[in-house]
Amino acid sequence: MSIFINKDTRVLVQGITGREGGFHTQQMMAYGPNTIVAGVTPGKGGQEAFGLPVYDTVKDALKAHPSINASIIFVPPAFAADSILEALDAEMPLIVCITEGVPLHDMIKVNQVLQRSPKSKLIGPNCPGLTTPDQCKMGIMPGHIFKPGTVGVVSRSGTLTYEIAADLTNRGYGQSSIVGIGGDPIIGTRFIDVLKAFEADPATELVVMAGEIGGEDEEIAAEYIKTMTKPVVGFIGGRTAPKGKRMGHAGAIVSGNKGTAEAKVAALEAAGVPVANTTAEIGDLVVERLKKLAAVK
Amino acid sequence: MKIHEFQAKQVLAKYGVPTPRGQVAYSPDEVKNIATEFGKLVVVKAQVHVGGRGKAGGVKLAKTPNEAYDMGKQILGMDLKGLIVKKVLVEEGVNIDKEYYLGMIFDRDARKVVVMVSAEGGMDIEEVAEKTPEKLAKIWVDPALGLTDYQIRQLIFDAKLDRAYIKEYTKFLKLLYKAFIQSDATLAEINPLVVTKEGTVIAADCKMDIDENALFRQPELAAWQESEEDNAIEDEARTRGLTYVHLDGDIGIMGNGAGLVMTTLDAVGREGGAAANFLDIGGGAKASVVKNALEVVMMEKPKGVLINIFGGITRCDEVAKGVLEATSGMEIKVPIVVRLSGTAEEEGRKLLAGSNLIPAATMQEAAKKVVDLAYGR
Repeated sequence: MSIFINKDTRVLVQGITGREGGFHTQQMMAYGPNTIVAGVTPGKGGQEAFGLPVYDTVKDALKAHPSINASIIFVPPAFAADSILEALDAEMPLIVCITEGVPLHDMIKVNQVLQRSPKSKLIGPNCPGLTTPDQCKMGIMPGHIFKPGTVGVVSRSGTLTYEIAADLTNRGYGQSSIVGIGGDPIIGTRFIDVLKAFEADPATELVVMAGEIGGEDEEIAAEYIKTMTKPVVGFIGGRTAPKGKRMGHAGAIVSGNKGTAEAKVAALEAAGVPVANTTAEIGDLVVERLKKLAAVK
Repeated sequence: MKIHEFQAKQVLAKYGVPTPRGQVAYSPDEVKNIATEFGKLVVVKAQVHVGGRGKAGGVKLAKTPNEAYDMGKQILGMDLKGLIVKKVLVEEGVNIDKEYYLGMIFDRDARKVVVMVSAEGGMDIEEVAEKTPEKLAKIWVDPALGLTDYQIRQLIFDAKLDRAYIKEYTKFLKLLYKAFIQSDATLAEINPLVVTKEGTVIAADCKMDIDENALFRQPELAAWQESEEDNAIEDEARTRGLTYVHLDGDIGIMGNGAGLVMTTLDAVGREGGAAANFLDIGGGAKASVVKNALEVVMMEKPKGVLINIFGGITRCDEVAKGVLEATSGMEIKVPIVVRLSGTAEEEGRKLLAGSNLIPAATMQEAAKKVVDLAYGR
């Protein structure tokens, strides 16, 4: 099992003929050949890219391929919000936006439309996407570091996700699904949404949640974790980052006393979540908890 | 991106938001000339990106042109919280009847723009918000509807502003909201918002932040991006297209991906070191980018350097090539620890074998090695 995507996911690539879109379409096809079915580039409808048909609009693509149930967006920042809105208008069940640098006011509008679109889920923007090992990869994650298993991973950072998943794989522990939710101030799917999905997923035994400074999503998630039946292992990046400075991610900025690493660690610990000090410690904590679970069984 | 008060007021003026008449001056003589032209009391205000200018002596009143000259002389060149004042805004004084606070800011948790008003204008709003939150009225704006009249009325009544000016406040707030949205602002603070004795509502001060991600559609604002007040190395990094933050420690750090680099800073901190910088080479960086990045890190004159790469799209062999190209062209006397994992890690490690670079297998090992070597432990 898995969350959000599996071997039956059928993916549309918005921006398939662009440099990033093209490169990653091939990477995703190499990972799950049957999951990528078509692309969209306005004005290039009727052409082919990597053996896949290209359409002018999302609706055209859906008409020709009714099996499409997910879309991934690789368009430049100026057009990203419009592409998300187009996918929302087509009632696409899952929309993943990889684009980094989408203007805030665009995302404020997108968020309003998203709230009124019960049929759709958005992951990102500014995210690495998600992977269900050996089934489907939607995004830019390096597929070779994952292996199927029972640990769910959710993170705001891409490379940190790779670090965590690769360490688990090296130790012999596979993952159920890996979700990078993105580092921007406004994102579609938040920690709490992914935690709920992992809680409901029979294949997931334990969840690793890697947060970072900025915002209060980790604190909100901590409240939900108190009600979860599955163990969660936490990590917070940016503990030594100075206040007021923007650390790469648009969202990773601490203003005032909100969103500090200390506040997040405290909230997680209050919810019974052990918070690792280093990425290696995440693996230690996961192994320890999984052994406990096995002993109970 | 922060912009200066005089620039923020230009933005406001463009959208019809009332502001006092003002001009920028770079010398005491210019200050005097502007004051003479205005022919009345003027305010001379330091234009630097720091808060609390007034308290720090960066804002002065002048009754005559000669006084204005003296004030200009005092303020220009002064050190205001670490920044040297190079320009001042000379503005005609307004007849203040009442002073209020007005803030428009992106509220991350609500995912909307929040508008805040308080009758306690002219002072530290943080203090008002903390000690007497009931005096700070707030409304959240639906982006589809914009700021509505009934919401503005609610704000005025909640904050107990003078009801006689509801029409003027409404007009002011609507224009300000338009300016905020159309210039991709993330913050606009009017403190004080002044009701003059003549019965007009005017922005006596304005602080504004612009979303850097939106500068592609704000060419006029993008041109205001300043380098003079930034760190020189940050500036160099920006011209090289790198995501770079100068920090106060002495261990240079570069890696790929913001989260991984932040975590690398933490790992170095855990080993008792302090990072000199934050440098994210981004995804899929080629050798030339890596070379560029390492050159910038060396400008910080670090005691040691840690390169932490987890290759996904980024190829470790490309990173290794870039590091070798950079180091072959300069004399390096400090230890450089390199951790390469992920895509093409074997090829990368092979390339580095035989060089003076110090390999490490994990982030933790790399952090420990670089701290030990840099501090001679």
